[in-house]
Amino acid sequence: MQFFLEVLIGGLLSGVMYALVALGFVLIYKASGVFNFAQGAMVYLAALSVVGCMEKGAPLWLAIILAFVIMTLFGIATEKFVLRKLVNQPPIALFMATIGLAFFIEGLAPMVFGSDPRALDLGIVDEPIPAILDAWGIVISKFDLVAAGVAALLVTTLALFFQYTRIGRALRAVADDHQAALSIGIPLQHIWAIVWGIAGFVALVAGLMWGARNGVQFALTFTALKALPVLIIGGFTSVPGAIVGGLLIGASEKLAEIYLPPVMQSLFGGNFGGIEGWFPYVLALFFLLVRPEGLFGEKHIDRV
Amino acid sequence: MFKYRKSALTAAISIALLAQAALAAEEQFFPITSYRVGPYGANGQSFFGGFADYLNYVNIKEGGVNGVKLVWEECETEYNNAKGIECYERLKDKAKVSSGPIHPMSTGISYALIEKTAADKIPMAMVGYGRTDAVDGSVFPYAFPLVTTYQMQASAIIRFLKEKEKGSLEGKKIVFLYHDSAYGKEPIVALQEEAKLNKFELTLIPVAHPGNEQGAQWLQIRQEKPDYVVFWGWGVMNQTALKAAQKVGFPREKMIGSWWAGSEEDTVPAGDAAKGYMSATWNVAGKNVPLIADIEKVVYGAGKGNLQDTSKIGTILYNRGVSAAVLSVEAIRKAQEKYGKGKAMTGEQVRWAMENLDISNARLKQIGATDLLPEIKTSCDNHEGSGQVKIQQWDGTKWVVVSGWIEGNKALIHPLFKASAKQYATEKGITPRDCSKES
Repeated sequence: MQFFLEVLIGGLLSGVMYALVALGFVLIYKASGVFNFAQGAMVYLAALSVVGCMEKGAPLWLAIILAFVIMTLFGIATEKFVLRKLVNQPPIALFMATIGLAFFIEGLAPMVFGSDPRALDLGIVDEPIPAILDAWGIVISKFDLVAAGVAALLVTTLALFFQYTRIGRALRAVADDHQAALSIGIPLQHIWAIVWGIAGFVALVAGLMWGARNGVQFALTFTALKALPVLIIGGFTSVPGAIVGGLLIGASEKLAEIYLPPVMQSLFGGNFGGIEGWFPYVLALFFLLVRPEGLFGEKHIDRV
Repeated sequence: MFKYRKSALTAAISIALLAQAALAAEEQFFPITSYRVGPYGANGQSFFGGFADYLNYVNIKEGGVNGVKLVWEECETEYNNAKGIECYERLKDKAKVSSGPIHPMSTGISYALIEKTAADKIPMAMVGYGRTDAVDGSVFPYAFPLVTTYQMQASAIIRFLKEKEKGSLEGKKIVFLYHDSAYGKEPIVALQEEAKLNKFELTLIPVAHPGNEQGAQWLQIRQEKPDYVVFWGWGVMNQTALKAAQKVGFPREKMIGSWWAGSEEDTVPAGDAAKGYMSATWNVAGKNVPLIADIEKVVYGAGKGNLQDTSKIGTILYNRGVSAAVLSVEAIRKAQEKYGKGKAMTGEQVRWAMENLDISNARLKQIGATDLLPEIKTSCDNHEGSGQVKIQQWDGTKWVVVSGWIEGNKALIHPLFKASAKQYATEKGITPRDCSKES
């Protein structure tokens, strides 16, 4: 039972890390109705900007501020040079543009800051908290708890922002219909620049946490792989949904990784494992069949 | 008059063509399927930088191999199998004229090219990686898993651990944590045989690609309480494993990885979590190796270095790239001894040379590469040529060699190659060569 709890808690905490990446997707989707293929690359760019600035002599706090400036400028440039030309185009055109953007960032970021994997020390130790280990025999690190706290704060802020601010409402209107939003005077260009800037900030937070855990390197772009099932389960338009989806994916994939292989071995023989590579997608597929809009997503109704 | 002019023109064109052909014949081509961008770009930059620098070094220092200039063309694969094949197809026409061995530096790409290279008669070197059973040259005439294979490497690691445990692993528990791919699965059969022989308990734990999340695996390891973790990772999986080991309190001194998990690119990003971690290798790091120091002086001194970031010179993967290039150039020399000095060698001729390599310690010393390679002696039924590795340990800032040469258990492992190669030959309808008739 203790081991089960340990795996469950470990999974939930991993899920928080997935949710951090998924949040960026939700923001862009809410504002433009497009799945931003470049979100993983943005996480990489943000983290690389931090270590790049630190290598030039900036202290961590300044490097984070500079990285935020870089991500904001990147957001504004994306709106100006990519999205502005695609207003009123079908979502697939915007989606294709984000694919191009991902390749662009993946090439540009290492060209500017170098491609060597580097360590990022945020000063938060990733070792078991002795008090918890002694009392319950469960491994929980301070880093995990900080990540959970950061995610909770981010989700609360973003949820309130979308629900109760003018910009938040404008974002939702733009996502519903670009043309209708424009016709009632919503400045689409500003809105898109703002939302890409915020998505850049979320990417920076995710990049800091993932970069501190696994090192800052190209593989940060892979973090986006787990965000897709998180979004399908949580709903593409829901900020709290990203967290719930992340927790569900994290916990279920870890439990599956531990408890499914012995069952499969007894049924089929051989050695099984590496289940967390595909399990989230199977779970997402199941959700697509029974609840395509996700747990918290808006039901899409087309009038005929 | 007109007739004379026509004959003179024809003669002039023929001479020009012959001269061009003669000039072309003085160049030895190397097809290079490299990766310098993408997820493993940092690793590729060091390896292929070292490889190209050595070819340049031979050109500058000796004017090529017996006057034959070494030339190469690179094609970017991004460590992607499909792109690897595309690159090979793009380069193979040039390689049909003259060709040094191709080094895919990827198990996946080398698997994809194994039949193509044999059909096109272009030798493929898989230095420390690739298809293990290609050691059996009777079935795989054009594939060379030189220096060490995954299985011999795993066996050597077990031998090292056995020595650490005063000669016995009986009753010990070893976890094999591996990348869930062909690369990660290759050594399993060897480890299972070693477990039977040495009476230790072996637990297999796979990690899904890319390996940036290993929470469940390390909780399982914590539960199992193994004596050692033998580790077969690549890229981000390596740093993640080191960090995860730290998180669950598993001592890094009890973790030992394959050579793919033993470069600065693997340990530096993991910070303090990497201290004490060990890995297999066959080349040392650093610029103290005479050849590496001389390459820096000669090639970079002449402004012809391949790397923009010169801090990579002397890293594990840079030196490994040089070691791979040394093997390739020695093969060209060997081929020229048989087929004519001062001539460019075809893939077929280089294949023969790779099957008859005999690189002694004296020769390694002569070229300043003593710490870069073990002695290599290949034959038709042994395309590996060595099977020896050293063990190195990360001291927090650099890799330090902590063992001498350790050879895997040949008597145990080589029959596994033979059996696997035989099965491959049956499946593909290949009639193995009679190695006793090869010279």
